[in-house]
Amino acid sequence: MNIFVNGNKERIEPCTLAQLIAWKKLDAGALVIELNQQIIKQEFWPTTELQDGDRLEMLSFVGGG
Amino acid sequence: MNDDVLLLGGKEFSNRLLTGTGKFGNHGQIPKMLAASGSQMITVALRRVDISAQSENILEYIPKNVTLLPNTSGARNAEQAVRVARIAREAGCGDFIKIEVITDMKYLMPDNWETLKATEILAKEGFQVLPYVLPDLPLAKRLEDAGAAAVMPLGAPIGTNRGLETKPLIAMLIENASVPIVVDAGIGKPSQAAAAMEMGADAVLVNTAIATARDPEAMGRAFDLAVKAGRAAYLAEMAEASTLARASSPLTGFLDE
Repeated sequence: MNIFVNGNKERIEPCTLAQLIAWKKLDAGALVIELNQQIIKQEFWPTTELQDGDRLEMLSFVGGG
Repeated sequence: MNDDVLLLGGKEFSNRLLTGTGKFGNHGQIPKMLAASGSQMITVALRRVDISAQSENILEYIPKNVTLLPNTSGARNAEQAVRVARIAREAGCGDFIKIEVITDMKYLMPDNWETLKATEILAKEGFQVLPYVLPDLPLAKRLEDAGAAAVMPLGAPIGTNRGLETKPLIAMLIENASVPIVVDAGIGKPSQAAAAMEMGADAVLVNTAIATARDPEAMGRAFDLAVKAGRAAYLAEMAEASTLARASSPLTGFLDE
């Protein structure tokens, strides 16, 4: 199936949000996730099954003024 | 001076220097700068993760007793600013939000109209909204009416270090505002921060001038001293300037007179 991660189309096997983050080796502590414009708190990542066409935003806090 | 607290968004601050996390050579300089400057509030930005690169979590460099002020930089309209604000709050950054809506990439001038729209929405949702604006008195009153926690007029364009180019316009806000006025952007030197505080600004926000100094920690300390000096001068009520000289020593009673 296909999903969009930060605007880029990606082909993935069906999985949960937590599995995708682990696979991408991202620092979970620093991540903020929006799925189809809904913020998904970290406690719900393991139970959030990704669906075809999902739009994920993977964000984090950075330096800024 | 201990009882001179800044009440901002329902929270008391004993330090009137707000700082930013942008442009530091390395993030390790941030906690040192915070300790040296005494700053109790610091801005952060929210961006898409670069999935191909390992990045540091900037929040780990900010002590827990320092209040986070996430900004909506990158937003080009009110809708995007509102979205970023909600994400930041959900991510555990608290209720404070600096609204920054910019469409002009040459001078990075804030879009006052979109900023007002975002302020109206977010204040209703319980955010403590600090809108970054070009100083304009009627707009500032509208921001107050919309429930802004403060108004943050720019002194000069972001990152220019040119100081208080908008001084007379900021003065109008200070004289008429019922919310704190925080001079944000353009302050390049401690003397300019002191000048803003002398004229009655409630606080200043300084990022570039500290972060890009050769020694950000020492510059943080310098800005703290300047803000304190300017504030103390404002509270002491300064003597008036005059065109003609006014002798400080008696003009009579000298030796042969």
